[in-house]
Amino acid sequence: MAELTIDVVRSLVIILALMTGMAYMTWFERRVISRLQVRIGPNKVGWFGLLQPLADAIKLFFKEDVVPSTADRLLYPIAPAIALFAALAAFAVVPLGPTISAGGLEIPLQVADLPVGLLYLLAASSLGVYGLVIGGWSSGSKYSLLGGLRAAAQLVSYELILGLSLVGVVIVSGSLSLGQIVEAQARSVPFILLQPVGFVLFMIAAIAETNRAPFDLPEAETELVAGYHTEYGGMRFAMFFIAEYVNMITVSAVASTIFLGGWWAPFFPGPHWLFIKMLLFLFLYVWLRATLPRLRYDQLMRLSWGVLLPLGLVNIAVTALVVVLLG
Amino acid sequence: MAIQGEIQTERRSDTLRLNLGPQHPSTHGVLRLELELDGELVVSCTPVIGYLHTGIEKTFEQKTYLHGVTLTDRMDYLNPLGNNLAYALSVEKLFGDECVIPERAVIARVLLAELTRINSHLVWVGTTGLELGASSVFLYAFREREVLLDLFEEMSGARMMTSFIRPGGLADDLTPEWLAAAEQFVDVLPARLDDYEALLTDNPLFRERMIGIGVLSAEDAIAMGVSGPILRASGVPHDIRKANPYCSYERFQFDAIVADNGDCYDRYKVRIAEMREAVKICKQAFRMLDEIGPGPVKTSNRKIAPPPRAELSHSMEALIHHFKLFTEGIRPPAGEAYVPVESPRGELGFYVVSDGSGKPVRVHDRGPSFANLQVISLIAEGALVADLIAIISSLDPVMGDVDR
Repeated sequence: MAELTIDVVRSLVIILALMTGMAYMTWFERRVISRLQVRIGPNKVGWFGLLQPLADAIKLFFKEDVVPSTADRLLYPIAPAIALFAALAAFAVVPLGPTISAGGLEIPLQVADLPVGLLYLLAASSLGVYGLVIGGWSSGSKYSLLGGLRAAAQLVSYELILGLSLVGVVIVSGSLSLGQIVEAQARSVPFILLQPVGFVLFMIAAIAETNRAPFDLPEAETELVAGYHTEYGGMRFAMFFIAEYVNMITVSAVASTIFLGGWWAPFFPGPHWLFIKMLLFLFLYVWLRATLPRLRYDQLMRLSWGVLLPLGLVNIAVTALVVVLLG
Repeated sequence: MAIQGEIQTERRSDTLRLNLGPQHPSTHGVLRLELELDGELVVSCTPVIGYLHTGIEKTFEQKTYLHGVTLTDRMDYLNPLGNNLAYALSVEKLFGDECVIPERAVIARVLLAELTRINSHLVWVGTTGLELGASSVFLYAFREREVLLDLFEEMSGARMMTSFIRPGGLADDLTPEWLAAAEQFVDVLPARLDDYEALLTDNPLFRERMIGIGVLSAEDAIAMGVSGPILRASGVPHDIRKANPYCSYERFQFDAIVADNGDCYDRYKVRIAEMREAVKICKQAFRMLDEIGPGPVKTSNRKIAPPPRAELSHSMEALIHHFKLFTEGIRPPAGEAYVPVESPRGELGFYVVSDGSGKPVRVHDRGPSFANLQVISLIAEGALVADLIAIISSLDPVMGDVDR
């Protein structure tokens, strides 16, 4: 019973933290990108605009729920829920810190340390595709349909790269559990040094997987208006939006955990280190968005299948060879 | 020559018909494109215009020649001073030798036209970046444009609808302070252009998106009546400032920028280089204005430009001229005139017909955007939707210039 309570509380805390984190990610992104673009950004609601996410949330919450007459009655409302569910679920396996003990109970700072954590992560992030594709199709709008098509092709292709880029890490660490991957790095060095190619592949694939610039084709506003979520408004739109930002946070957390040692650090290890490392990646996201133009659909596919996939395979082969030779 | 003129009546059942615009983030106003898509491939693209039709050409016939100037601002709203200039030159041509513009006004007109060219190209480079997803360039370009608009506001009182160049000269002289501020802007601009180029020109993603996209051959460009940077990007060295100098352009040292491939990237390069050439012209103009010194900026012909206010109190003739000008307006001799100028978008000219009265019989505007836009169905065929967006922005249409 106590364990169940702890599990529930842990899950709730993580979900709340993700929601808050996502809200402040939007604030962070808008402030940083404003700096990069010689603007000021939101600074009126609260100190430094810190209440802006709250104001946005209230606005979206009170908006009328419009369903297009051409939309599919059943699937249209479900699509954003799928996207949000998958985004939230993926974070479950990220270890936030070392196990702490309180009141005679061992509490790992992680919702679930699955022995197949990496596989679970890939599976959960794949589920998100359904939200996008179903949302694009069920809206009954041509722009949404095109956005959904792009999302399907893009996410399925980059799913592969994401998987391949992680195989190297698995070979080096000998485990699929994120907790043990952190411990493996604590014993040796952060895996970014052992798997630089894997790291680059992972970042490219992860940015494509989260539909962020320069891979934001499924929602390219200058081409497809808003892509798969063109017809969504109010909270339904917000759910897609939250899913996207939660995915960014998850990707940053996973990248920090797998390649930068996660919560572990030579001194004062703990969740704060994970937070700092995640901020680096989140800043990278914003920086890329401010700098790079968008790729074209066919170029994106060529990059995936023609460049990244072979590179990923070579990386695995070389890693495996080196690991075997070094025993 | 592959101009598709026939309207396709039969529809393929395996294609998707998509209506892009008139409300769409990247159709530069209210352009509507009827697309036939095979997946993301554009099978056919038909532009539909008229959503910004204002009847401006007809309105000219109800206005005096001076009032007409304010209409020209509203046509190509990114090039107001260039439109003012084209209209003023045509009206002045009706007068022939009777209308002599003071040298200071002539040089100032070139300066203002080139500043407006920079203004227009800045908007273009910004929106091009934005449409390809490089949103920062947009804000950087608008930061520079803001300075220009402030300058225009200080000069004329209006940021966009300047109406500053009028038949007979300028509305007012340019003050030394204004000229100093404008020179400062022109001095800063090249470094800012370097910044944009650092983000775009050699960016592999940008090159991938632009090179080889929307190729327009020189023959097609000429056959379709294309002019301006688009024509020059296709390898035709035709610049009206060189080919048929007006407004003393023959006194300025500058190059007509030409590229070879006629793709989106070349159109981009031509426009960026044109901004640098415009900077050169502006600098020469500042020097010339400095040499000429302050002086009259209106023609001394009192039948075209009103007399100075001070004269009214002691000159009977001045009073009569003033009264006649502001009741009847300018009365050019009967005839017709057309003076083409090189606007940021291409050949711009006003065909003005006068019957000797105070209002024109007919004013027709040869707007460059209209002719340039019609190549879109030719070069967008076989492109992807994403390319189409790059193509639209590389054609740089201003809908106010297309629908008149």
